[in-house]
Amino acid sequence: MTTAIPMKKILTLTLIILLSFTSCSEDNDDNLSSQSTATFNFTHNWDGTLITNANFNSIAYTNAKGNLLSIERLRYIISDITFTSSTNESIVLDNYNLVDVTNNSGLSYTTEIPTGSYNVSFTFGLDNEDNAENYLDLNSASFNVPDIMGGGYHYMQFDGKFINTSNEEQGFNYHAIRAVDNAGTNPTFPQDTFFSVDLGTITISANTEIEVQMNIAEWFKNPNLWDLNVFNQMLMPNSTAQIMMFDNGQSVFSLGTVSQ
Amino acid sequence: MQKRFYLISALILTCLSCSSDDTTSYEPVPQPLTIPQIFSDHIIPPIIPTNNPQTVEGVALGKKLFFDTILSSDGTQACASCHAPQNAFTDNTATSVGIDGVFGTRNAMPLFNLAWNYNERFNWDGTALSLERQAEEPVENPIELHSNWDSVVSRLQAHPEYPELFRLAFKTTTITKELTTKAIAQFERTLISANSKFDNYTLGNATLTAQELNGLDVFLREDKGDCFHCHGNPSNPLWTDNLFHNNGLDATFTDLGLGSVTGDPNDNGKFKSPSLRNLAFTAPYMHDGRFSTLDEVINHYSEGLQNSATIDPLMKQIAQGGVQLTDEDKAYLKAFLLTLSDASFITNPLYHN
Repeated sequence: MTTAIPMKKILTLTLIILLSFTSCSEDNDDNLSSQSTATFNFTHNWDGTLITNANFNSIAYTNAKGNLLSIERLRYIISDITFTSSTNESIVLDNYNLVDVTNNSGLSYTTEIPTGSYNVSFTFGLDNEDNAENYLDLNSASFNVPDIMGGGYHYMQFDGKFINTSNEEQGFNYHAIRAVDNAGTNPTFPQDTFFSVDLGTITISANTEIEVQMNIAEWFKNPNLWDLNVFNQMLMPNSTAQIMMFDNGQSVFSLGTVSQ
Repeated sequence: MQKRFYLISALILTCLSCSSDDTTSYEPVPQPLTIPQIFSDHIIPPIIPTNNPQTVEGVALGKKLFFDTILSSDGTQACASCHAPQNAFTDNTATSVGIDGVFGTRNAMPLFNLAWNYNERFNWDGTALSLERQAEEPVENPIELHSNWDSVVSRLQAHPEYPELFRLAFKTTTITKELTTKAIAQFERTLISANSKFDNYTLGNATLTAQELNGLDVFLREDKGDCFHCHGNPSNPLWTDNLFHNNGLDATFTDLGLGSVTGDPNDNGKFKSPSLRNLAFTAPYMHDGRFSTLDEVINHYSEGLQNSATIDPLMKQIAQGGVQLTDEDKAYLKAFLLTLSDASFITNPLYHN
């Protein structure tokens, strides 16, 4: 499946032009600004314990509130990876990548970038402009949000089960979308719930591998202590829950190992 | 640089055409799938195996084979016996009867839009990893066509027409199981359904009634039907995710479904989400045909769910039996679901013998 396609043609064009100039200068002097490959590897952990899809489907994790839970499905979008140089020039990769942990796809994303030192950031989910576009691959993956709930796409689908207060397994659907009120024919949007993740300064040279870690436990921890007995299903039209996800998401991602 | 590339390519092509002069210059006529606008507007292109391109002659051969009882050991049944065009290529019994009068354990799956099954797992349990391979099994299954491929190939080879039809489709008169299933798969890929009332509504060529629109709302609302997570949405007009879920039919399993294929107990009780297209023609429903009517299906999700270890976490209010739709919402939902049926699909002469 295609994992990345152009979104804003103008920006893409800008990037192409920028890269063209870069390659022109490369012709003149190889030492000035050569192209490198940056590969983002998305890994997942529970407070430091690595999680892959092999760890799915068993009640093996305890969140900060004390809910015992399992993970059965996890996929999410990162977009607009941005490299900002020390002179504040930005290269925005006007793409998105669907990380699908359940099916082991989209776990790596590779791009070419001029060698250099950059502040690297990306967007969790899709900004509102990108979220309003029509992506055939995301449609094919049934990642849509119905128009009555604001339209566009899920930012994340995180499904699993937890042990409820009746000591029974119960499903939860931690689905992050653009927060919406008044689900129906005229939905309204109380605040943005996509967010930017700043990975800090990274030196890109030759083939650079950049690990992006998601600590899944953080979705339940900070600043909102998440109780799955209260928030478990039907969270898409629940703007309170969406804003809590947005708040907790701020500390979910971090930079892992960077290797050349 | 570019000129040199063209020159080399031209030389290679010249050499290739020289060698083909020794045999024949005949080539089957390509017949790419006609992709409906409702699909090209919304979803990625279909999957066509590079080693089995669609051709006019291949599709025609596949159609003849699909309807021919020569594939069964006693000459009484064809693929079409259980996959009838008037039923959107399924039948109207809970499970299907084979040539020996024995019923199987699964409902015959309807056949349409198969080239858009991106993960290429076919059958209720995902046994077959391509459409070509799917066509192999029913021929030998003792409760289906109860034949064997050696016999089938011999019968086809001795037939007055088939060797020539295979030559036209595949440039050889030597018939094999692989070529036979390739032809059947080519025909099956042409079975495209994209002309329902809802398709035309999406394209701006039809209007829905208030009831049908209310039903769409029930379908899409996460706090009502929440059908869309597994069964598509107006932007995914396949109306299935083509994935495998345990939808709460049973507390214990007599049929393990996907679990019997993967050997993973976490897959027990999971079956492929069927498309919601053409429900008007495909009763009874579910992998074992246990529900005779759409009302029974809706009632199942509303108050009939059975809990089990592998039930999908998208299933809601399991302790209460399901999503608890009102009678009014059930009626709306049914009205909407019927807008996904495509009458032109079951009457299309291209799909009939």
